[in-house]
Amino acid sequence: MEQIVNLLINGLATGMLIFLLAAGLTLIFGLMDVLNFAHGGFFAWGAYSGIWFYGVTGQYVLAILFAMFVGLVLGALTEKLIIKPVYGNHIQQILITLGFMLVLSELLKVIWGPNQLPAHAPEWLSGSWLIGDIIIIKYRVFIIVVGLIAFFTIHFILKKTRIGLIVRAGVMNKEMVEAMGIHIQKIFMLVFMVGASLAALSGLLLAPYSGVIYAEMGMDFAILAFIVVVIGGMGSFTGSLLAAILVGLSGSFMAYYVSELSIAVNMLLMILVLIFRPQGLFYGKG
Amino acid sequence: MEVLLKTENLETFIGQYHILQGVTFEAIRGEVTVLLGRNGAGKTTTLRTILGLSPPSRGKVFFKQKEIQELPTYKTANLGIGYVPEDQGIFPYLTVEEHFKIATKGKGDKVNERIETTLALFPDLKQFWRKQAGVLSGGQKQMLAIARAYINYNELLMIDEPSKGLAPIVVEKVMETLERMKGETTIILVEQNYLMAEYLGDRFYIIDDGKTVLSGEMKELKEHEEWRKKYLGIS
Ligand SMILES: Nc1ncnc2c1ncn2[C@@H]1O[C@H](COP(=O)(O)OP(=O)(O)OP(=O)(O)O)[C@@H](O)[C@H]1O
Ligand SMILES: [Mg+2]
Repeated sequence: MEQIVNLLINGLATGMLIFLLAAGLTLIFGLMDVLNFAHGGFFAWGAYSGIWFYGVTGQYVLAILFAMFVGLVLGALTEKLIIKPVYGNHIQQILITLGFMLVLSELLKVIWGPNQLPAHAPEWLSGSWLIGDIIIIKYRVFIIVVGLIAFFTIHFILKKTRIGLIVRAGVMNKEMVEAMGIHIQKIFMLVFMVGASLAALSGLLLAPYSGVIYAEMGMDFAILAFIVVVIGGMGSFTGSLLAAILVGLSGSFMAYYVSELSIAVNMLLMILVLIFRPQGLFYGKG
Repeated sequence: MEVLLKTENLETFIGQYHILQGVTFEAIRGEVTVLLGRNGAGKTTTLRTILGLSPPSRGKVFFKQKEIQELPTYKTANLGIGYVPEDQGIFPYLTVEEHFKIATKGKGDKVNERIETTLALFPDLKQFWRKQAGVLSGGQKQMLAIARAYINYNELLMIDEPSKGLAPIVVEKVMETLERMKGETTIILVEQNYLMAEYLGDRFYIIDDGKTVLSGEMKELKEHEEWRKKYLGIS
């Protein structure tokens, strides 16, 4: 019982981190048909800048906001300088964003040095609760809560605001949105920034969870995030949450019971989806 | 007679294909201008070129005497040009209400009033207000697509084959609706259904192989069976 609850919480926490990364990717792909392999770079930048800010100020909540701000700025610059020139060309997108990913991680090493750095949760998020015989690690619950807050905030924006409506319509038919007099390029810039910001948030949340940060930390998670985008359906925001939870839970349980298979299972999930429902499990469901 | 929109020798490439090779026509304010031509003649491409969705490589587009062929699509649309594409361009997972919301700019009484007027013209849509547009029938989708273009006080509507794929009785309904819009807005209508074109049109242009080859008042085309035979393959 105790083990199961722990695996559950673990899986959900990991799922949330993957979701925060995948949410931006799926909207960026769905809306503008852009493959962004630099997304993991925003993740690492969020971790480094947030941990640095936390070290300087001792304020973890402010550090979260700071990391998200850094994500916004990086997102804006990336869209303007890197993505804009390669719209409509997937090969160029893959090459230039992969290259930019390397630049982002090398820059981290230039600023903060090549070695991995320690990262700790603040006092109030350290330790655990004891409920019956079950030990629940506070920080993991914190990740889940933050992930859910992010999900519901963006879900609300997508469903209830005009901008959200435009984003959803744009995923379905971008040309028509333009033909209705809407400057979709501006909307895309915004989505790109928010996506980068969520990735940065994810990176900072992961840091105390894994205890260390390093420049390439975004790679593994970025791969999981791409798997999630495929499973959830390109452009489906809710789909990315559900698929991320699926991948997080399966990873957590498999790692415990059949650890050799834990990555393979996610790959298998993706392959099954690609064979039987190539548009993703939740395509078009918003 | 005021010329609302005019094109001069439009030439458009799609990939390496030279699709439009000289399209010249005028739409006069308050009239229905019909673009006719066989399948693949370049009618849809003409509308897309005007909107900047397939920008021209040569030639000019004037809207209210201003050159607009260099403008990005959203700016052209915001000049007051509404578009109903051939495939209707419905957002399948948005509700009818959301289609109206995204189409109307601004807020307040003026918008609500316009929504009312639009619904009065398209009463069937009220029934499906909260339904996802993807589940509507072909005719209902067409009505929604036209309503979405109509709602913004656009001075010009460009409507691409509104009768396409619809049962005759539904075509009649679409025709009645367009007839009621006539006069209030200027319309450029692409139509293969000759009877509909003849009924609604004031003026016609025939596009053949990417060029405008013949034009005149609709009643002239009505009198010249041999033109219809030659360019449209109908009698
Ligand atoms: N994306 C494209 N790639 C290549 N050729 C295209 C493309 N779009 C259109 N064409 C070609 O351009 C020509 C004109 O097409 P267009 O759709 O404008 O014709 P149309 O007059 O609207 O025909 P229809 O009555 O069948 O709708 C056709 O020969 C078509 O095959
Ligand atoms: Mg056509």
